[in-house]
Amino acid sequence: MAALATGGATPSDGATSFQRKVPASSRLAAIAGTRPSVRHGQLLLSSGLPSLDCVLGGGLAVGTLLLIEEDKYGIYSNLLFKYFLAEGIVCGHNLFVASAKEDPADILKELPAPLFDDVHKNQVDEKETAIKSKQESQESMKIAWRYQNLPKMEVSPAASARFGHYYDVSKTVSPELLKSIKWHRFFLPEEMSLHPEIKTCNMTCGYTRLLQSIQRIIYQEGFDGSYPQKKQKNILRIGIQSLGSVLWGDDICCTDNPEDIFSLTKFLYVLRGLLRMSLSACIITVPAHLIQNKAIMERVTNLSDTVVGLESFIGSERETNPLYKDYQGLIHVHQIPRLNSLICDVSGTKDLAFRLKRKQFTIEFADHQPCASQKEHILTFKHRLSFRASS
Amino acid sequence: LSNPPSSLSFLEGSLLIVFQGKLTLLRDTKTDGSFLVHHFLSFYLKAGCKVCFVALLQSFSHYNIIAQKLGVSLTAAKERGQLVFLEGLKSCFDVFFGEEQHVGQTNPLQFVSKDGSNLKTMYEFVRTSLMASGSDSWKCPVLLVDDLSVLLSLGVRPVDVLDFIHYCRVAVCSQLKGNIVVLVHSNDDSEDEENELVVNSLCHQSNLILWAEGLATGFCKDVHGQVKLAKAFSLLPMLP
Repeated sequence: MAALATGGATPSDGATSFQRKVPASSRLAAIAGTRPSVRHGQLLLSSGLPSLDCVLGGGLAVGTLLLIEEDKYGIYSNLLFKYFLAEGIVCGHNLFVASAKEDPADILKELPAPLFDDVHKNQVDEKETAIKSKQESQESMKIAWRYQNLPKMEVSPAASARFGHYYDVSKTVSPELLKSIKWHRFFLPEEMSLHPEIKTCNMTCGYTRLLQSIQRIIYQEGFDGSYPQKKQKNILRIGIQSLGSVLWGDDICCTDNPEDIFSLTKFLYVLRGLLRMSLSACIITVPAHLIQNKAIMERVTNLSDTVVGLESFIGSERETNPLYKDYQGLIHVHQIPRLNSLICDVSGTKDLAFRLKRKQFTIEFADHQPCASQKEHILTFKHRLSFRASS
Repeated sequence: LSNPPSSLSFLEGSLLIVFQGKLTLLRDTKTDGSFLVHHFLSFYLKAGCKVCFVALLQSFSHYNIIAQKLGVSLTAAKERGQLVFLEGLKSCFDVFFGEEQHVGQTNPLQFVSKDGSNLKTMYEFVRTSLMASGSDSWKCPVLLVDDLSVLLSLGVRPVDVLDFIHYCRVAVCSQLKGNIVVLVHSNDDSEDEENELVVNSLCHQSNLILWAEGLATGFCKDVHGQVKLAKAFSLLPMLP
């Protein structure tokens, strides 16, 4: 895969101050799908949702963890999960997909299809293409008459030097695109049946296996810099679905006196070490609303880098509230990391709502003023990024 | 390699002379108080103290990059023997993924793998790091911990965390006449009772508390919060 400079930031301002995982002697060649943060040389990835990137201060830092507190039915958190993975496909990153309930292959098949640059371009340049098409048809006769009956190749989205892409959730990603990337799977029921029982560090068995699996991939594929002679560096995007749920063998979601309250936090600590030492980024969704022991969620938050909570309006009284009629829920940004810097650059407001509208998923800022009559806040919105969820 | 140039003001210099054998508690609520840790780290290194930094939460390069912005190179400090750096994430990795026999008994984070709540190995690590060796010309030794609340997440009981601090105080503050600086997280409405227990107990024991609080009105771009100084022992009579 060619290393492409990503559009946007020029590498001249502080790009080489990123030192974390690369030995001092070697320069960090541009990795597709990343860009250096201007402020503190942190290498950033897109979360798959450009407006979420904006909210998070430009993107997700390599080597960090994005924790999503699931909404009640897991609908929108699953969507964010898929965006993150889909972005990895478009950028040509490697994927590691872990789940205890869904086969990772099925998860990948259902990822949203990226909207190619060409689609947008065509809408703008229609005039020009009309003029050129006549000439082209003449030329095509001469040059490649043999090929003119073959279907046109889709322009590869990786060729677009963009940071962050848009997706059409009504369509799934094409199998050809899926085949073009390398991915690894961890499906807990499968793993449990393959190997005998093991228990390390008094951690839930599923977590132990998952950590070992992640570490093995990081080491074997050289994401921790263990193969310096490897020409092309790449990113490993790790996605873990519904961590902490019963299916992982943890009981923190079903009782307020769990047998072992440390498994999840130990897991996150060891994972943190793995992420910091490799060219990777991880998204984890957690059914936080099911965890009765709130102390656990506080500790989980402290051990994560970026923490975002989703709250959907489904089934709540807000669903019928006219103020929220265009929106499906709220996004709460609980935590943003401060890495390599004493401060973090984050937008001034943290009140965000999201909406699904036909082909667009929107996260919008709220500049709210209190409404005297209802004691509710009027939300006015600025940005727009659209996307549709189909049933 | 000589000691780094002392770029302390007179005030800071006299603070150092007067403030020895003390436990300082750094506490943050609704904000990230780690900037205090970075400050103390660079402060004590510039002052020529020997520092043992138990860094549990972030990688070495994170602290190093920030320290360089504050005028200190952690790599150089390590090389000249002034800084002993325990990178918790890396040690835990060794414990979890390493071979049993290689981990041995000396990894300070080995409590993670056993049914662990015993911080004795970590204490031994701190003690041997800060014990003066013959050729040392460093000023008072300092133990810096970022952050103590992580230990609770790793399965250590509150009483064992407090025991660890107590043992360290005996060794570092009393015997070696050094200082201890510890960061803990806390929240007013926290439901983490074990953490609150540790925090309250340390508040009671410490000589100085620096409390970084986020703004009550919420996040603001330019002003991140306020720092409260509590329980400072009286320095005023000593200063000109």
